Formats: sequence, C-alpha cells, structure tokens
Amino acid sequence: MKVDVRHREGVTILEPKGKITIGVGDIALRDAVVESLEAGSRNILLDLNQVSTIDSSGVGEMVSAYTTVTNRGGKLKLLNLPPKVVDILQITQLITVFEAFEEEDEAIASF
Amino acid sequence: MVLEEAMTNLDIDKQVSYEVGMAVREAVANAIEHGNRSAPEKKVKVALDFLPGELVVRVRDEGDGFDPERVADPLAPVNLLRPSGRGILFMRKFMDEIDYTFGLDGGTEVILRKLLRGSNGLTDEEESR
Repeated sequence: MKVDVRHREGVTILEPKGKITIGVGDIALRDAVVESLEAGSRNILLDLNQVSTIDSSGVGEMVSAYTTVTNRGGKLKLLNLPPKVVDILQITQLITVFEAFEEEDEAIASF
Repeated sequence: MVLEEAMTNLDIDKQVSYEVGMAVREAVANAIEHGNRSAPEKKVKVALDFLPGELVVRVRDEGDGFDPERVADPLAPVNLLRPSGRGILFMRKFMDEIDYTFGLDGGTEVILRKLLRGSNGLTDEEESR
C-alpha cells in the first residue's frame, strides 16, 4: 500500500491507497503517521477515499495513530470515508471517537 | 487469495465474498498470533466446504487453546481505544455462525458458516421447497 503525503494550511494530509490490512497497509500507515509526527506535524488528516479494505489490524493502527497524535497535543481527523470503512467504524463503534468530514475545506478549517 | 478466487469462480456475490474474506483473514491472523503465538514451526490449516446454500470455513491452529469467553469486549468503553482485540467481533459480524472446537492434544479450530443466497434472496435449500 502507498501513502501519499501533502500539506495544506498547517495540516498534513495522509492519503493511503489500497488495503489497510494485516501485514500490508497497517505498517505503512503507522510509518506515515510516525514520520509526520517526527517532521513536526501535529494536525493530521487521514483521507481514506482510496482505501478498499480495512481489517481489525488496520483499525488498530488507526486507533494507535489517534492516541499517539492526541498524546502529543495534536489532532487526527478523517476525510472521505468509503462505505466499507464507515461500516467498519460503526461495527467497532469508533465512529463515535473519530471526527470525520466529507469536504476537505471543512476538515482543514476544523483544526 | 485462494478463497476469493474460489468464490469468484463459483459466482458468489461480491459482498458475500468480501464478508467471508474479512472473517477468514481475522481467523487466520488470530490462529497465527494468539493460537500459535507466531511460532514459525506451527501451522495453520484452512479448510473450505462449499455446501448447498452454505459455505463452511474451518481454521485450525496448533496452539494451546483459549477460552473465547475470556476475550475482552472490544465495544466496552474502557476497551474502545485498544489497538487490538476486534478479530472475533469482525468474525461474528461478517459470518452467520461461529463455533470453536478444541483438540484433545491442543489446538483450536474456529468454524465459520456463511449462508449463500442466490439472486432471488433464497438459499438453495429454501429455493427447492
């Protein structure tokens, strides 16, 4: 899995593409978040529009990323959730934890 | 993944294939990590039975066994932000039935069942009545 990184108005936007599943995208996501934090980013927006599948390991990485960023005084929010990801977040009840947006402008303005 | 190819060849609905794939991935991951404790010499066996109107998947590890009742509830507020522990939840959500058997000489087998419905919404068994 590939994670595209771009920056806008002080927000680091991470865009993983493909599966966030055990042994595939979970580690790539973790690495991308850690690299962003090490580069000084504190506001991270995870754009999931090109994520096809996410399993419990991928969900675990998202939760870890959320707590790591929050513990460092930052914020991690979600953008463009595909229906399958919404389904997973509802099953795990994490939909109540993550702040999610459908419009990038609105998401950026919320930080 | 062999399972996904088999289901595609059998013309099984894409959503059903996705749900079975999700459950089996979790079962195999649990078998490797929690069953076999990632021991490289221990194997995980996966068996597929395509029965009339039903798919049964058996995933067996060579570990010491475990008590599914002792797995913490991942939906409890105190566990919501834990990075792990959601595999069984996914298996239950994506399959119609989940059972466990425990071998006398160790090892856990998780049995996952999924009803296969045709385009008319009936299983083969229901359709033949």
